[in-house]
Amino acid sequence: MKYTEEHEWLRLEGDVVTVGITQHASEQLGDLVFVELPSDGQEISKDQEIVVIESVKAASDILAPLDGVITAVNNLIVEEPSLVNSDPMGEGWFFKMKLKNPSDFDGLLDKEDYEKLTQ
Amino acid sequence: MDEVKRTPLYELHKKLGAKFVSFAGYSMPVQYTDGVLKEHLHTREYAGFFDVSHMGQITVWPQKGKEQDLIKCLEYLMPCDLVSLPVNRQSYSVLTNAQGGVIDDIMIANRGTHYHIVANASQKNADFEHLKKHISDTGDVCLLQGKSLLAIQGPLTESILSKVCPETTKMKFLDHYQTKIFSFPCLISRSGYTGEDGFEISVDDKDVASLSQKLFENTHLKPIGLGARDSLRMEAGLCLYGNDLNEKITPPEASLSWSIHKSRRTKSSSRSEFLGSETILDQLNKGTDYIRVGLFPSGKAPMRQGAEIYADSSGDRKIGVITSGGFSPTLSRPISISRILRTSAEQHNEIFVKVRGDLLPAKITNLPFIPSKYKKTYRGTHEIY
Repeated sequence: MKYTEEHEWLRLEGDVVTVGITQHASEQLGDLVFVELPSDGQEISKDQEIVVIESVKAASDILAPLDGVITAVNNLIVEEPSLVNSDPMGEGWFFKMKLKNPSDFDGLLDKEDYEKLTQ
Repeated sequence: MDEVKRTPLYELHKKLGAKFVSFAGYSMPVQYTDGVLKEHLHTREYAGFFDVSHMGQITVWPQKGKEQDLIKCLEYLMPCDLVSLPVNRQSYSVLTNAQGGVIDDIMIANRGTHYHIVANASQKNADFEHLKKHISDTGDVCLLQGKSLLAIQGPLTESILSKVCPETTKMKFLDHYQTKIFSFPCLISRSGYTGEDGFEISVDDKDVASLSQKLFENTHLKPIGLGARDSLRMEAGLCLYGNDLNEKITPPEASLSWSIHKSRRTKSSSRSEFLGSETILDQLNKGTDYIRVGLFPSGKAPMRQGAEIYADSSGDRKIGVITSGGFSPTLSRPISISRILRTSAEQHNEIFVKVRGDLLPAKITNLPFIPSKYKKTYRGTHEIY
């Protein structure tokens, strides 16, 4: 599992990563009421705004953590945005993507670095 | 930059797990550990405790022998009926400017010896200067220091407060009494800004923490932050000054015509002269170009303040703007309040709102979204005030 400074987590399985937001981020955002996900098959590049999430308080963008192609999206959280609050690291995942350069993954933050960032 | 102010309950909020946000120069709780959704629903089902000490409390005292002159001066600044406002009663009103726009929306109470005004935090200094400027010869205006303000709102409010202050059962909507809760002198009104039955309590800063802690001994009462305060007032269809109401929006445009008391509308009477009356009374007769209406976004995306409204999906003709918008926890769907051209609102049931570049459909609806539950009758009678 790796992390970004934008409070995303990425879990690598083969050359596909599952992406979501961290517990810390979901707490900071508050109750989510709206999620808009990218389309399956969409090609994305790092730092592109690809997910919109809205809490009761405000709207925020989630940026693509790396270059790649979307291979699956979690429609459950579109139906039930509160899943992101109740289980951000599990059922509340956002999308899966196939990495353009699998080695990019190694350059992301590990758990220790990320935790330092949130303290 | 000015230093961010804190209310006397800052430490208590921290202990209760508050997240703070800067609002009108104050560091205020936006939510506690339960979060906005739960806090909102708790207020609608049980009872919520709001620290609104950032709001302004202003008193206006008549100079000796100038009681009637003061009423005249005050009525020139606000189109409510102060002539027949009884002692211990309160009224909603607006401070208007010469163009008919709104400087602030306020609550004003007749305390017998003086008037007590509750003003929005962002406008309290402006209100104070405005009042001072216009009534200097007839009254003395004081922006109170050392006073906190609490709002207790929700269906269980009366049962909670009556245990510690039995008089509250005898109060109806907009009654306003000086009394004591425990041993603390309080000024209580049966009012609030959530659409629920409830009370607002003005109490000395030195007593507010002790009073609050004693009230929290009732476990049905939970602290509620500004986040839920906003969604509650939106569901109740109430204006937030700065969003739905400002110096360029007149009361009739904000669908607040009801706040222009009928005794202030007869053109032959001197009481129909108030700041902005020419514009406002004309609008009451002829109608306004813009009105304030509710919107139900057709999809799930909230439509928030500032989003532009168009007549159709081509996006060629702009007809208004969202003034408040977000998510309704009670209805579990997005809701918005909008300022929209009257003719368009009458012609179109469905309009389109620009959200992140896309034009999304929404339906026009009446306000409020949730019917209000004010206690307008005495207990056990059917008398309507």
